[in-house]
Amino acid sequence: MSAFHIPATRVRLLAVMLLGLLILLGAGGDSARVDRLGHQMMCVCGCNQILLECNHVGCSYSTRMRDELVAAVDRGETDNAVLQAFIQNYGTTVLTVPTNRGFNRIAWIMPYLALVLGITLVVFIVGMWRKRQLPVHATAASAIHSEELDRFREQARKETSL
Amino acid sequence: MAELGSFVLLLALALSGYSFVAGLAALIRKQPGSERLSETARRAGIASFGAVFLGAVVLVTAAFRNDFSIAYILHHSNRDLPLPYKFATLWSGQEGSLLFWSLLLSSYGLVLRLRHKTDERLFAHASVVIAGVQIFFLLLLNFAARPFAVMQGTLPPDGNGLNPLLQYPEMVIHPPMLYLGYVGFTVPFAFALGALAMKYPGERWIHITRRWTMVTWGFLTCGIFLGAHWAYSVLGWGGYWAWDPVENASLMPWLTGTAFLHSVMMQEKRGMLKTWNLWLVFSTFWLAILGTFLTRSGIISSVHAFAQSSIGDWFEWFLAINLAVFIFFFLKNRSHLSSEHKLESLISRESSFLFNNLLFVLACFTVLWGTWFPKLSEWVEDRKVTVGAPFYNKVAIPVALLLLLLTAVGPLLAWRKTSLESLKRNFLWPALGAISIGIAIVVFGVRPWKDVSYFYALVAAMLAALVTFTVISEFVRGGRVISRHTGQNIAASVVHLCHRNTRRYGGYIAHFGVALVFIGILGTPFNREAEKEMAFGDKLAIGPYTLLCRSYTQEENPNYRTDLAIIQVFRRGQQIDTLYPEGRFYTASQQQQHIPAIRSTLKEDLYVVYEGQNPETGRPIIKAHLNPLVSWIWIGLIVIVFGTIVALMPNAAPVRATAPASVAADVHVRPAPVGAGD
Repeated sequence: MSAFHIPATRVRLLAVMLLGLLILLGAGGDSARVDRLGHQMMCVCGCNQILLECNHVGCSYSTRMRDELVAAVDRGETDNAVLQAFIQNYGTTVLTVPTNRGFNRIAWIMPYLALVLGITLVVFIVGMWRKRQLPVHATAASAIHSEELDRFREQARKETSL
Repeated sequence: MAELGSFVLLLALALSGYSFVAGLAALIRKQPGSERLSETARRAGIASFGAVFLGAVVLVTAAFRNDFSIAYILHHSNRDLPLPYKFATLWSGQEGSLLFWSLLLSSYGLVLRLRHKTDERLFAHASVVIAGVQIFFLLLLNFAARPFAVMQGTLPPDGNGLNPLLQYPEMVIHPPMLYLGYVGFTVPFAFALGALAMKYPGERWIHITRRWTMVTWGFLTCGIFLGAHWAYSVLGWGGYWAWDPVENASLMPWLTGTAFLHSVMMQEKRGMLKTWNLWLVFSTFWLAILGTFLTRSGIISSVHAFAQSSIGDWFEWFLAINLAVFIFFFLKNRSHLSSEHKLESLISRESSFLFNNLLFVLACFTVLWGTWFPKLSEWVEDRKVTVGAPFYNKVAIPVALLLLLLTAVGPLLAWRKTSLESLKRNFLWPALGAISIGIAIVVFGVRPWKDVSYFYALVAAMLAALVTFTVISEFVRGGRVISRHTGQNIAASVVHLCHRNTRRYGGYIAHFGVALVFIGILGTPFNREAEKEMAFGDKLAIGPYTLLCRSYTQEENPNYRTDLAIIQVFRRGQQIDTLYPEGRFYTASQQQQHIPAIRSTLKEDLYVVYEGQNPETGRPIIKAHLNPLVSWIWIGLIVIVFGTIVALMPNAAPVRATAPASVAADVHVRPAPVGAGD
């Protein structure tokens, strides 16, 4: 008999505990999935709220939709299958954001494209401005009029005032 | 009463029409006698205020007198409605709120026309533009959305009541603030279009409109935040901003208006960005009208929108006409808008303003794009999609963080050019402080690599700290200089400093307020919630708190019946508070409404909602949210408002250059010191 012999009752107990832990972990995973998927969908009652955040008293949609979501996750359906089933039942507006496919991809691309174009434009404008020659007024170097001096003073005041 | 109301609105339309036509004729003719014509136009504009004001008084009086023969009063009021909400009836429905729009516009017009001596010709141009906008709203009120339409047949004994969502104290303040902001942007637009049309020389129109713009911006800011606070306190979902199309509609003009407040300094100080500023003013006004169109046409579905109506077509025409008129004058007179100075360095205040403007406009574009994309998708693919909060969180948060970075860095840059060395000198301590805050946050348990929202929260905290330290360093640096010269202590010197340049230091205070708002927002990823059916004596744990259901009770008043939960709050075994979340049932409108109970501290909000009873078990459902740092958002608003008020105050002792006895011929304007200027 080995020094490391463990009684059969303990092995059974350990196995039951491990199984319980796995079930608990699985349950935790399911609730996390429900939470994640429920935040990817809208309540369709018209409240414009995310499914799991809809709190209308007696909202007939959100309660039913939540039950359907929990049931689908319990059946072990994949995320994609759950979302597709909801789209089938409630239409494409059930998703909180446009999908990243087809025309809807433009929804995601445009803001980033605008950022890149904007930065390019600003850099271009800055470069152009730095090179630009401003019209030089023909004034005698030795005789600056008092009006011009006032203008210089005003400019200096504006740029250096506390 | 209805007849009187209808008559004064018709009269107001006639007066505004005269003010517009006569004012325009006087400006075009430029002949002897045109001044007198212009004066009659001005007076007609003033009189139109009286007529619109009387119309609003008639509508409010009808609400107080329960005159249900007027359809608007029947649909938006009832006998037992508390008096403040009867007053709020004025802006709680489509027709009344358009009348309120018109009232505010005519009030702004009144002030403008009374101050015409400042610059008669420019004010005459602005007055014509305002009269043009006023005509549009009065046409709506007289022909498309009539507030004094009369009920036919037998009148019901009581009205339908005010929407329960609107029966909250903030609803008496929030809409007027928002409208003051929306409508107020008509004034800078009127001056801008007037200045463009008459090729107004110099930047004086900018100086004249600066206070108008700031006051308007302040109102819009207050309106947006009060709306967020109302949503938080009434809607019961535990949040304050849902990126709803109507919320977006208020945000868009705010973003372009904020961009204008910054870029206008470049025009004032350096004579640059003239074309850009004109377009920004126009865009802000145009987006305010677009927002009104979105809210009222029903073109985009929203929980906040007014009922669907046909006035959308009117708005589409008005938006198109505005665009056409502006483009016409821009193309005609654009040669007048050439820049007076060139950009000298990429590391300068000017370029920071350019990037600041780029980001504000980009943020506005993103919000506009997200708001309209469902419609675009419907047109192109004939398929509706939703663009909800996760979209905006993904695309708008990075832009907001970049803006916060510029808020920190911008004030450290000088006009024209900043040396890297001085930037390093000014930036070192604030940057080290921000990095220390970031390290402390990670040490205290935030793991930015686990979730992108935690990463954003960490970056936002560091940048908010950077803004705060930058602002403090600017105050301390300026205060020390004053202290050295006057011998005052540093606190008195800082106050003195603020008085010397209210605009600059008011702006810094507003920036600090923005940092506080970001601190409030960055708590969002750490929100927690718990929900339970709770009978007497049941407990619900959330974070460090335990909620104990003590009892349920009912109360009743003529306006509504309320179910009240009595929830005791414990922390570490000690009772610290009792909360009373409510579920109300409004008698007149037959609608239900939650009123959450909120225990607010600087660290977190405990937000408890009585969600009603489970229809299957009959047991009450209590939902609790634990929202960290939310209070800082409202504190941030107070600081922003304070900063705006400081910036609006006149300088106590303007610094003036004294003219030397003689000046050498080769005068050079000394480069500005680091951080100088606004």
